Amino acid sequence: MAELADGPRPQECPGSSSAQAGRAAACQGCPNQGICAAGAAAPDPAEAAALRARLRAVRHAVLVLSGKGGVGKSTFSALLALGLAADQAKQVALLDIDICGPSIPRMMGLDGEQVHQSGSGWSPVYVEENLGVMSVGFLLSSPDDAVIWRGPKKNGLIKQFLRDVDWGEVDYLIIDTPPGTSDEHLSIVQYLGAAHVAGAVIVTTPQEVSLQDVRKEINFCHKVKLPIIGVVENMSGFICPKCKNESQIFPPTTGGAEKMCQNLNVSLLGKVPLDPQIGKSCDKGQSFLSEAPDSPATSSYRNIIQRIQEYCDQRNFQEEKIIYERNKNVVHV
Amino acid sequence: MEEVARERSNLAGVRHILLVLSGKGGVGKSTISTELALSLRHSGKKVGILDVDLCGPSIPRMFRVQDNSVHQCDSGWVPVFVDQDKSISLMSIGFLLENPDDAVVWRGPKKNALIKQFVADVAWGDLDFLIVDTPPGTSDEHISTVEALRPYQLLGAILVTTPQAVSVGDVRRELTFCKKMNLRVLGIVENMSGFVCPHCSECTNIFSKGGGEELAKHAGVPFLGCVPLDPQLSQSLEEGRDFIQEFPKSSAFPALAHIAQQILDGTSQQSS
Repeated sequence: MAELADGPRPQECPGSSSAQAGRAAACQGCPNQGICAAGAAAPDPAEAAALRARLRAVRHAVLVLSGKGGVGKSTFSALLALGLAADQAKQVALLDIDICGPSIPRMMGLDGEQVHQSGSGWSPVYVEENLGVMSVGFLLSSPDDAVIWRGPKKNGLIKQFLRDVDWGEVDYLIIDTPPGTSDEHLSIVQYLGAAHVAGAVIVTTPQEVSLQDVRKEINFCHKVKLPIIGVVENMSGFICPKCKNESQIFPPTTGGAEKMCQNLNVSLLGKVPLDPQIGKSCDKGQSFLSEAPDSPATSSYRNIIQRIQEYCDQRNFQEEKIIYERNKNVVHV
Repeated sequence: MEEVARERSNLAGVRHILLVLSGKGGVGKSTISTELALSLRHSGKKVGILDVDLCGPSIPRMFRVQDNSVHQCDSGWVPVFVDQDKSISLMSIGFLLENPDDAVVWRGPKKNALIKQFVADVAWGDLDFLIVDTPPGTSDEHISTVEALRPYQLLGAILVTTPQAVSVGDVRRELTFCKKMNLRVLGIVENMSGFVCPHCSECTNIFSKGGGEELAKHAGVPFLGCVPLDPQLSQSLEEGRDFIQEFPKSSAFPALAHIAQQILDGTSQQSS
């Protein structure tokens, strides 16, 4: 793929992979018009085929998104993967595409692990037999190493994570993302075009400063036609361990995720209270779900995980029904 | 050549520029930027904030000026003033969006172009401090901002973290970024450090404790202080109120005032 020149892109850019690339009215005057018109920026067919072949083995891809940082995307991704992998019969993959701030290795207790090369690509790092993990963190040699990369390099690595990692047959691929609506997000959605994408889980905290970014993320999902499974409200209230009274540390001054979900017509999957044990477990790389099985936060996480599972099953059922109906028609004709 | 460009530039009247950085999101970069601006104003300084978080701008809301828009003048874009005295001025992509919920779905090159424009075309006038609030990470926005600001009075960077290891790990990487970019680290702030229950006064370390201080020691950079979790602070930011003016008795106030004082001391030492 040709490298695009650094410079502003036209407002109504049709996208470098579109048939209109370099030919639309908006392309006039764009520094990349020549490259796009020649088709050099479009995905290489052989590469696209390799990506498709690898992603065919994924039954449900779930993206964990948020416009805001530090709301608990990685914590939720890690617990979702662990929760789904509790069923031994399911194969789960957890992919961390936060290239500049990978948190997944530590949260999964895999700090310092390295990726191994095998005949069929990079091998993920396995936490359990049925739970494989991949992150840029496994490619760094020291905890001080910074990944100071602009967009194109990040996109290249994300593509490699999807194409070159030997995930095997996977029931659930959970993808943890960085905050925002930029390179990583556009690329993952584009590359996952060939996969069975169940949809996105959006994580937020209750205060408006966070919700205003999350509304942008929801608009992003609509723009790129990514189904939204639902919203998780994290850090929702704190119960003092001493006096058992509740405080709103991040006050829902505009009605929190509940009101936002009503207004935007998306489902609220649940609210998870702040529990100091969550951060501690993440730091130690232990599963909060098994460390604190009786915490209200655990039961809330478990409910949410179950709802996501049901969403995926339902979707599966509908897809099978469509295939069945199609076959039935074929027989009748 | 560079000298001439600097003389004529919109940043010619800005005495000190400081960056607020963190590898991790949601640790309080915008909160620290906002409170630092308010504290510096309290000491009689003129302050500007440039918000280069293009996908998730928080600064307009924190000053409750999110409905304002940017106007043009002969020397460029006029920043948004938060008060009659024009003691704090802001520039953010939030002022350029038609609808506040519009997603800015841009790849790197477009973000870089806007950052260059923000640095070149905003008519800040005379400022004592320009605080640059950044998104999390070490990518396009950060490289472009540091490169664009390099010819000017770049004082250095304040790094914000929360105490837990997951966050400190990302800030360690940000320190490497500063080193590689030759950016002076003014110090580390540990935010969300302990929560005092308003009912029983018991302090709980929700996101653990001490990680920021330890990192500062480990990296040999100044530690600027711990800011506790304070619902009055989050409430003020939600409502766009002046926390420094209204809550001098709250638990976060002394910590924030102390950080601002250290920045002021640093600059007066530098000029003397």
